Amino acid sequence: MKRTALAIAALALTAALPAAAQKEQFVPANFYWVGPYAPGGSGFGGGIIDYMQLLNERDGGINGVKLTWEKCETEYNNARGVECYERSKKKGPTGATVIHPLSTGITYSLIEKATADKIPVISMGYGRTSAADGRVFPYVFPLITTYWSQATVMVKFMGQRLGGMDKLKGKKIVLVYHDSAYGKEPIPVLTDMSKQYGYEFTAIAVPHPGNEQQSQWLQIRQIKPDYVILWGWGVMNPTALKAAAKIGYPTSKIIGVWWSGAEEDVIPAGAAAKGYISAGFNAPGSDFPVMKDIQKFVYGKGKGEFEDKSRFGSIYHTRGVVAGIVTTEAIRVAQAKFGKGKPITGEQMRWGIEHLNIDDKRLKELGAVGLMPPLKVSCMDHEGSGLVKFQQWDGVRWKVITDWMEPDRKLVRAKVEQDAAQYAKEKNITPRDCASEG
Amino acid sequence: MDLVESYREGIRFVRKPLQRALLGALLLALLALPLWGPASWLNRASLVWLTAIGVVGQNLLIGYAGLISFGQAGFLAIGAYAFAHLRIAGLPFLLALAAAGGAAGVAGWLVGFPSLRLKGPYLAIATLAGQFIIEWIINHVTFISGGVQASIEVARPRLFGMVLDSQRDMYYFLLFFVVLATIGTMNLVRSRVGRAFIAIRDQDIAAEIIGINIFRYKLLAFAISSFYAGATGVLYTYFLGIANYEQFQLGVSVDYLAMIIIGGLGSVQGSIFGAFFITLLPIVIRRTMEAFGGVFFEPQTVLNLIPNLRVMLFGGLIIFFLIVEPNGLARLWQITKEKLRLWPFPH
Repeated sequence: MKRTALAIAALALTAALPAAAQKEQFVPANFYWVGPYAPGGSGFGGGIIDYMQLLNERDGGINGVKLTWEKCETEYNNARGVECYERSKKKGPTGATVIHPLSTGITYSLIEKATADKIPVISMGYGRTSAADGRVFPYVFPLITTYWSQATVMVKFMGQRLGGMDKLKGKKIVLVYHDSAYGKEPIPVLTDMSKQYGYEFTAIAVPHPGNEQQSQWLQIRQIKPDYVILWGWGVMNPTALKAAAKIGYPTSKIIGVWWSGAEEDVIPAGAAAKGYISAGFNAPGSDFPVMKDIQKFVYGKGKGEFEDKSRFGSIYHTRGVVAGIVTTEAIRVAQAKFGKGKPITGEQMRWGIEHLNIDDKRLKELGAVGLMPPLKVSCMDHEGSGLVKFQQWDGVRWKVITDWMEPDRKLVRAKVEQDAAQYAKEKNITPRDCASEG
Repeated sequence: MDLVESYREGIRFVRKPLQRALLGALLLALLALPLWGPASWLNRASLVWLTAIGVVGQNLLIGYAGLISFGQAGFLAIGAYAFAHLRIAGLPFLLALAAAGGAAGVAGWLVGFPSLRLKGPYLAIATLAGQFIIEWIINHVTFISGGVQASIEVARPRLFGMVLDSQRDMYYFLLFFVVLATIGTMNLVRSRVGRAFIAIRDQDIAAEIIGINIFRYKLLAFAISSFYAGATGVLYTYFLGIANYEQFQLGVSVDYLAMIIIGGLGSVQGSIFGAFFITLLPIVIRRTMEAFGGVFFEPQTVLNLIPNLRVMLFGGLIIFFLIVEPNGLARLWQITKEKLRLWPFPH
């Protein structure tokens, strides 16, 4: 009898303990592990969780604050994404720190909700491009780079390969795009640039899901373009590469968007993918010091996210690791301001992201030189970098072939501000005055 | 024992005092859910209500009128976009809701025309085409899709000067509509219109012979069901904060169809059961697997199994219900009630 009472008391104590130990920082893991887009969702999610696990295992968290997370399956579906958000926003001692929706649709659905709840939304390489204007979108961060920046870097890259931007005149560029909102995103930018540089621009749509592209590539054979930009998603990517091989179009003249540039996009195409180039804002590989640490401290202890070890260091995996770095560095910055060793709130996190400055020195300390570009975010600029690298598939792995390349900031920023101003007008938002914010 | 003594009694929703009491208790419990349920339930329940309205509408078409349609999601999209534009144009909420529902209704009426000549699977294919045409138009006409990313944001609903922005507000808001839709539909199916639908479903030639204008009622079924879909699209837009066509693709139509099959064809109750069951299935799976999955699998495997189990169970359940109980959960519920009434003295 006494023993039972003791056991109950002990149980009650352990139950009470987590409430007492409030040194936890909760980061929701709302991604997707099923459905057609699972390679992206599980790879990215695996990367961010692996990195947080690394900080817990190696450093004991951030200044002693352990990182915690909970998986929630969004199925890449807006309604479920919102539901996961609602479920996760109050978890942990200070609620959700930040959300990575990993879907443009979910990002759009959360812009208003998260702003009202004061929870930052980070949409790395997707989402609403004009949210880069932090005056109108205080809680939304399309970090590192956006679709529009990427489109301008692609044109620059082609110019470089041709031997100068003036050589673009009279050249032909074709955009093969996924016929959805996502696929149409670069058209205005590429059209504007065609006027500036004098290239002939044609956009060819591929209906979803994109497993039938014969007619599109026959059209390309007639046009004989100097470059083809591939703006695909999922099964559309390997199909495009195979179709290109069939008409004999050289793969080294096809340049893919970063959602067309993962291992999962090229391996199914087999030999047809060899030589294909894609853009990226993160580099693949398992040789970066940070990746070696994850191998040692996380996978070495059997706590890694991937059962299939070949996915370690894949492009989606390192993209998730980059997301982990960005997230935890912002937490660190916020802690330095609001109290070291204490969990921070979403509002403090926003301050942290806006004052994030990951320079070359910091990248070296993190063991992530070359893995991601340097990043400096501000109240005005929620993109923070805009830099893009190019990589080429050699039949076995992606090889990085350029250094970080600058976008056409003037053109992109003008478009961003125009779209943000329109949004502010529709929503009756008075843009923040960044000069008055510390 | 269960005799109906007059026509008035026959058309009443609730015949027995006990039934009335139980129904009242259920309504009270739902009204008080924000007081006793955890916050996370509100969101899930809101999603159930949303789905239920759409499914009730689709059941009118498929279950009552017997016209198989795969185009429901398209009408949701029409409702959502029409509403977003009307709201931005400054129309008050209720008017915009009615107009957006009306727009979807008209579109449904148009898509319904092939139903006059096509039946069964042929009609299903025709409505499937409708779904893709609607999707394509929304995606390609920038005037409708609103430009970048084909998403139009809609401000939080404002009713009688109050902004509905908390989860609790949203819950009551949707609960109101689901009750409205349920009562409306139950009345409708007992009316001349509802009986005409059933007659057409069971034997359209016989229905025509007894004087039902098939042409009119088939189109009416499409229009009414699309109106429901449009209204659901409107409410979805509020729930998500945006109108986005990618939210209303073929998968949604198929999900709704599955809910009808599992819930029960030709039953308002069944539609709600189906919406409830399918929407809550993922939670049940997760809870069960978290509690007992560890006994059989590694923790990592459990986490990977959970999302896949939903898909597997979903398919399995449809097959199960089609073979074992085509009338779905609604019929199972009825059987349970009858058994309980005789219990504990079955003879």
